[in-house]
Amino acid sequence: MAQKEKDIVVARPSESAGACTAHSCDISRRTFVRAAGSVLIGSSSLLRLSDLHADEGTNAHDQRPTIGDRLVNAATEGAPTPLKVSDIPENSNPIIALPYDTASNTVRDGSRLNKLLLLRLPVESLDAETRARAADGVFAYSATCTHQGCEVSQWLPADQALMCFCHFSKFDVRAAGSVTAGPAPSNLPYLSLRSEGGELVIASAFNTKPGAKRSG
Amino acid sequence: MKRHHLYRFLLAAVLPLAAVAAEPSYTPVTNARLLNPEPQNWLMYRANYSGWGYSPLKQINEHNIGKLKLAWSYSTGMMEGHQAPPIVNNGYMFVTTPNNQVIALAAKTGRELWRYKKTIPDELQQLHPTNRGVALYGDKVYIGTTDAFLVALDAKTGKESWKTPIADWKAGYYTTLAPLAINGKILVGCSGGEYGIRGFVAAFDAETGKEIWRTYTIPAPDQPGGDTWPAGTYEHGGGSVWITGTYDPQTNLTFWGTGNPGPWTPDTRKGDNLYANSMLALNADTGALEGFHQYHWNDGWDWDEVSAPLLIDVERDGKKIKSLVHAGRNGYLWLLERTSSTVNFVDAWPFVKQNVFSSVDKKTGRPSYDPDHIMHIGKAVGFCPSLWGGKDWPPEAYNPITGLFYVPANNNLCAELTNIESKYTKGELYLGVSLENILTNVRMTVESRDHIGEVQAWDLNGRKKVWTHNYPEMNWGPLMTTGGNLVFGGGTNDRLFHAFDASTGKLLWQYPASSGVEGVPSSFAVDGEQYIAVQAGWGVDAQRMQGAFDAVLDHKTIVPQGGSILVFKLDK
Repeated sequence: MAQKEKDIVVARPSESAGACTAHSCDISRRTFVRAAGSVLIGSSSLLRLSDLHADEGTNAHDQRPTIGDRLVNAATEGAPTPLKVSDIPENSNPIIALPYDTASNTVRDGSRLNKLLLLRLPVESLDAETRARAADGVFAYSATCTHQGCEVSQWLPADQALMCFCHFSKFDVRAAGSVTAGPAPSNLPYLSLRSEGGELVIASAFNTKPGAKRSG
Repeated sequence: MKRHHLYRFLLAAVLPLAAVAAEPSYTPVTNARLLNPEPQNWLMYRANYSGWGYSPLKQINEHNIGKLKLAWSYSTGMMEGHQAPPIVNNGYMFVTTPNNQVIALAAKTGRELWRYKKTIPDELQQLHPTNRGVALYGDKVYIGTTDAFLVALDAKTGKESWKTPIADWKAGYYTTLAPLAINGKILVGCSGGEYGIRGFVAAFDAETGKEIWRTYTIPAPDQPGGDTWPAGTYEHGGGSVWITGTYDPQTNLTFWGTGNPGPWTPDTRKGDNLYANSMLALNADTGALEGFHQYHWNDGWDWDEVSAPLLIDVERDGKKIKSLVHAGRNGYLWLLERTSSTVNFVDAWPFVKQNVFSSVDKKTGRPSYDPDHIMHIGKAVGFCPSLWGGKDWPPEAYNPITGLFYVPANNNLCAELTNIESKYTKGELYLGVSLENILTNVRMTVESRDHIGEVQAWDLNGRKKVWTHNYPEMNWGPLMTTGGNLVFGGGTNDRLFHAFDASTGKLLWQYPASSGVEGVPSSFAVDGEQYIAVQAGWGVDAQRMQGAFDAVLDHKTIVPQGGSILVFKLDK
């Protein structure tokens, strides 16, 4: 097809409001409050520098998983319900979870680096290090690849491994998240869990900083 | 201050000045220079606005290339795909690396002048950790980044002049292409087709960074072409823009290629899905869409057509045509005509094994599809070429002396994919194909076990392939051609950087680099001496294809990682 088209698909600055359209610039209430005093970048753009940089730990939402936090299913809407050991079936797909601070009733959903993958395997299949930080066979890994920060979203039951969708790094969940394939330079970060009345509780911070370790 | 302290102080104060003073003054890049680049310079991604990847320098030629030796090299310290050309302006070289870094060097010696490192958000995911180079304009250097910024740097110091966010990286927008400078504006596009973005080309004021215009590649429902999308799908319709456009100063039109529609599942977005998989002709001043050609409609094969067409004068049936030439990821070589206000289809033919198109309409260029190779949810469908196409992003080249058009192709390779349902979530993968499926998509044939990678040379006037050089496995090597009757390109998993006789295709020279070479080569001269420059550094899709090959072949290939700039000259 080859034809002439005029005056189409051209969003004037006044219409497009720069890069931040209603659908693509989903500024949450929390972010909006933070960004309210920031400088507008260019007259036709609503994107603010402060929106575009992660600012770990400036409030309870952004704060990394903390000892004593409960866990909630990231996909469940409505009032936060702490996950129990019994909510995690053995040998099933990982559950994506977020830390939950009961004192302030805050789900720590301000950073994607807070996403955790919960799995449950027979205790005897885990190595000593992994077993030591599991609660009744339930253990937690960072959901963010150490290579380029992509989501470690794929569960490979045959390998008992988690795989990153960007560059196919694999991490052995039975062996402290060690790299078994792909370009990831280091193990998948983990934290320890304990069970309190059947509820899952975070018992240690991440063993290393989650996300990509970028050289240079 | 004691005397020896004073001496140290003075020494420290004077030495950096002396080092800077050793470099000649920086020559501002003007409109006139971009329109007629000097032979000794490589001022933009493909050296000229026509996108040729051609250097007129001929000191290094087919007779003496045996004496081509490494003049200097420079380790970037970065991993992943090093794809940017070393861009050179009167002795100053600018190179970008993965992780959004710019290195300025003395082109003759490789001495570092400055290095810029964009701060990258901790949360950023980099699906394609690469960068394809800078744009030069005035006394500034421009880079687009994977956290979707356009940054202007002072060419002499590397200090930030301004930085403008061009899109929301948290929604999966990122930039890897080299910006394009046209008449006081810096043009960029955005990647992110796999995250459900809505593609665009945008222009920013070179001096201030203020946005001047933005043209979406996917129309809204009330715009022409909007009816080629089912309700509610255009906002995440892809059509990403991740390769630099070309430009015709006679008509003030700039030409850009667009990526595939999102998600990969055509069942979920029935219609032509304009302007995905297309070439757009935009007014450089306003962004108005003056013409387009959609290479194929309702894509299901991940065949981004992001490479901008080359502007080449072609003769057909005794008639001279100002043409636009594109070697498609869909495996067809496309010849279009450009006028001041339209784009017309001229001709198209397959340059690699292709089993999806049953025919191409002779008037409009619209392909018809073999129903056996159309993707459907829940059905395993085989197709050729593979999802990496007959030619992925690595650019073609055109040599006005030989009159030949050179294509870095992957032939004989097929794939099989099964579409699955997918749901859009901001910032997450929006594909419609399982990751395991992508890992194992490659289908080898008798022919592909013989060879896959090719460098092809085409006589466009006669629609005739003049020569082909075969590589056993893949070719991810961007091409450069020179006035010395040479074609340069890497792209193979044996780390070799090759030079061919541009007229005959004879392999004349090769160099085993430190890593696989997927960088765009360039050529320049300083003090009357010609150099050939390229980056080594294997990664991104070349590495992914290697992973897919390792999964189906009975041998695995290790390609070492790590980037370096390699600069060659003749041994005296």
